[in-house]
Amino acid sequence: MATQVNMKASNDWQMLQAVPLLDEILALSPKLKLQPVSAVENIVDDIPSYWLEKKQLIRLMQVLKQELAQPFDMCFDITAIDESEREHPSLFSQAFTVSYHLRSYQRNQDIRIKVALNPTDKSLESVCSLWQNANWYEREVWDMFGIVFENHPHLTRILMPETWKGHPLLKTHPARATEMDPFTLPPYQQDKEQAALQFNPEAWGMKRQSKDSDFMFLNLGPNHPSVHGAFRIVLQMEGEEIVDCVPDIGYHHRGAEKMGERQSWHSYIPYTDRIDYLGGVMNNFPYVMAVEKLAGITVPDRAKVIRIMTAEMFRILSHLLFYGTFAQDLGALSPIFYMFIDREKLFGIIEAFTGARMHPSWFRIGGVAQDLPKGWEGLVREYVNYLPKRLDEYEKMVMQNSILKQRTVGIGAYSTQEAIDWGVTGPGLRATGLSWDLRKQRPYGGYDQFDFEVPLGQNGDCYDRCRVRIEEMRQSIRIIEQCLNNMPEGPYKAEHPQTTPPLKDRTMRDIDTLIPHFLNVSWGPVIPVGEVSISVEATKGIMAYHLISDGSTMSYRTRIRTPSFPHLQMLPLISKGQMVADLIATLGSVDYVMADVDR
Amino acid sequence: MMVEMLWKLFEITIIISLLIPIAAMLVWVERRMIGIWQDRCGPNRVGPFGILQSLADLLKILGKEDWIPPFSDRLVFVLAPVIGAMCVLMSFAVVPFSPSIGVSDLNIGLLFFLAMASLAVYSVVLAGWASNSKYALLGGMRAAAQTVSYEVFMGLSVMGVVLLTGTFNLREIVLAQADGWLIQSQFVGFFIFLVAGIAESHRLPFDLPEAETELTAGFHTEYSGLKFALFFLGEYLGVTLISAMSVVLFFGGWLMPEPLASWLPPLLWFIIKIMFFVMFFILLRTSLPRPRFDQLLKFGWVVMLPLALLNLLVTAVLRLTGVL
Repeated sequence: MATQVNMKASNDWQMLQAVPLLDEILALSPKLKLQPVSAVENIVDDIPSYWLEKKQLIRLMQVLKQELAQPFDMCFDITAIDESEREHPSLFSQAFTVSYHLRSYQRNQDIRIKVALNPTDKSLESVCSLWQNANWYEREVWDMFGIVFENHPHLTRILMPETWKGHPLLKTHPARATEMDPFTLPPYQQDKEQAALQFNPEAWGMKRQSKDSDFMFLNLGPNHPSVHGAFRIVLQMEGEEIVDCVPDIGYHHRGAEKMGERQSWHSYIPYTDRIDYLGGVMNNFPYVMAVEKLAGITVPDRAKVIRIMTAEMFRILSHLLFYGTFAQDLGALSPIFYMFIDREKLFGIIEAFTGARMHPSWFRIGGVAQDLPKGWEGLVREYVNYLPKRLDEYEKMVMQNSILKQRTVGIGAYSTQEAIDWGVTGPGLRATGLSWDLRKQRPYGGYDQFDFEVPLGQNGDCYDRCRVRIEEMRQSIRIIEQCLNNMPEGPYKAEHPQTTPPLKDRTMRDIDTLIPHFLNVSWGPVIPVGEVSISVEATKGIMAYHLISDGSTMSYRTRIRTPSFPHLQMLPLISKGQMVADLIATLGSVDYVMADVDR
Repeated sequence: MMVEMLWKLFEITIIISLLIPIAAMLVWVERRMIGIWQDRCGPNRVGPFGILQSLADLLKILGKEDWIPPFSDRLVFVLAPVIGAMCVLMSFAVVPFSPSIGVSDLNIGLLFFLAMASLAVYSVVLAGWASNSKYALLGGMRAAAQTVSYEVFMGLSVMGVVLLTGTFNLREIVLAQADGWLIQSQFVGFFIFLVAGIAESHRLPFDLPEAETELTAGFHTEYSGLKFALFFLGEYLGVTLISAMSVVLFFGGWLMPEPLASWLPPLLWFIIKIMFFVMFFILLRTSLPRPRFDQLLKFGWVVMLPLALLNLLVTAVLRLTGVL
């Protein structure tokens, strides 16, 4: 392969400045050969990234997780890249790359470790024993790429059905229906698929009976009023008490990451809206910021403030829906109707801004689609004055209700340490008392200019998770009010040739702008080679877009790290010993969206 | 003799043929009221104010396939909803509607009502068991535990009434309240009776046997068509029955103090009082969340049962000492 020839012939990879972190690691284990990434990879985020040989992986991970003074205690993401069609490969890469993205809360620092795999030996040692939430990530990598993780406790398909053949994120797998034969489901195949869905307790190491009774295996979902989408959870029960459970996801998998490889950088934006479908433009946010970072576009102030304002509006919309459904799951039927009225009002404002409601796809590479409409201040001002009063009413109706308190206080609780071990982010993490809000810790997109607080809980139970979200709505209102009072004048889109669609002021006057405009509109912008991972504090936790550009009109790899994915993985830990009714309360309090889990 | 019997049969027919449409109307009333309380419209398309909604629902339900799951116990599956509706309808036999209307003046009327309420649980338990489905089974189990526990103090709560009036005959209990409704001295008994009544009729916040968000539909998960309609009817008849019993036992039945009594016929006063309680039931449904199964049972045994006993004891003491 071309890569390997290059490796011998040149040594032009950029030796990064020796960082203290690297020294720290090497002091603990001098034999580790951490290679800084090569210049051709052009990693533009600030995450220190290293290549590592496969056989040293476990040793390094032990150092990072267990031996460092301030360890990388959170496994943020594990993903893979099929490098076989790469035109600008890294010096170290082979057929596959597995990329580990780890986070240290104490250092407020991330690290990225890349391991190259050759096609004849697509296997790696599992890191499940170090980070519990690596389990699902590794299953996903196996499912999508066919990379085997040795010593993994349960390496089976996770997003695709058990009966599925192949690995969809391989470059050899077609991305469009037109490249495949039509889909058919003959009766014998249907029987096979149905049989594959039969739950087999032994496969999960579960017993069918205890000493003196048979367990009941209850299939909660994929269609059940309280699983909020197509989510299946198999409960092992003794009476009404849950002994163990197995969450089964993938019913909402649409291949959003694969689509990213076949859509232009611009035309992928509407797909992002549908990841966390309650988050609206909040989903556009990390994606466009990542593309802008790759392209080197600086967004004008007005666009930044508009983005923050609309993103916070969607945080309120999402939290209001959470609030109502949470109460409804606990049997209180009315609050959700009142909250839908509040959402409706806010959707009215979103509609005035963008013309759409739940999925505006309104952010653009370099800014937003349009300037704010005339008279927007009045609409927003009215709402900012309206919502806090309604929240006060709900406080009495929902949060102070003693039955609701009985159902939620101390139920579904986990500690800060457990939350970190399982990769929990967002309100679920802050409910345990850890003050970690990306908007404060690593302000992005202009959040450093705003004055707001990070609401915290104490017990990490269902009640606190709800409490944190309610306070977050109040803080969002504060942020929106600041946007309202300090909206800067100026353009809503950057003056940059790769802003999409580009500004048209001069296109009809000179050919030099007409041609790039034509190309950008017809093909879409060509984004320079590079790699970037950008996170935002989304409605449900931290959402990150990890984009790799190979210098083309489409992304080479689009990895979407969503918050709900690890949150669901944690369910067996929280639900053991609960009653069914507690599980329903817990599910409601986690606030997940299946599209966000399965992508 | 013959004439008397025919007259009784006629009376029974009239009462049943009125009760069932009333229960059906209640469905509409509930949906409209909940709609209003939840800032939305509710069903308002069929007929004036949507008043024919229940009729439309009934027609739809009649048109549905009468499906019996192949894995169920056929006979019991069919029998269960019938038992439920029967028990509630039977209870109405002892309810004195007005000075002249009422099917039977049974001298153990109150005991008969309690007996029928106990029998009704068979309907739910059998439905849960015969469906041979896990959600239904869990619902049936919950219903059995809940009804058994709540029945105990439901019976105890009305014993205060019996002590004070000295009779089990419901008509006599009403007449004994001519000087003053029993709610004055038996408000604790009334409260306990109401709570137990809500639990018996499986209404929020005690709708655990059919808790939608937990057990999809609980004991009637597998039911559809007419058999489902029977359960539905049974539930609303149950609401009416508990309201009627509350009125009879604690609020003087058809009696009203003068001059109100002369404004409307006694039957209307009785219906107005019942409607008041029905509305209360509906309002409860819109405003409260649902406790957990074990919390519900604990509340029953630890709070309500001692309270009911205490109420009985205090009533007895006051009665003996001649205060009441």
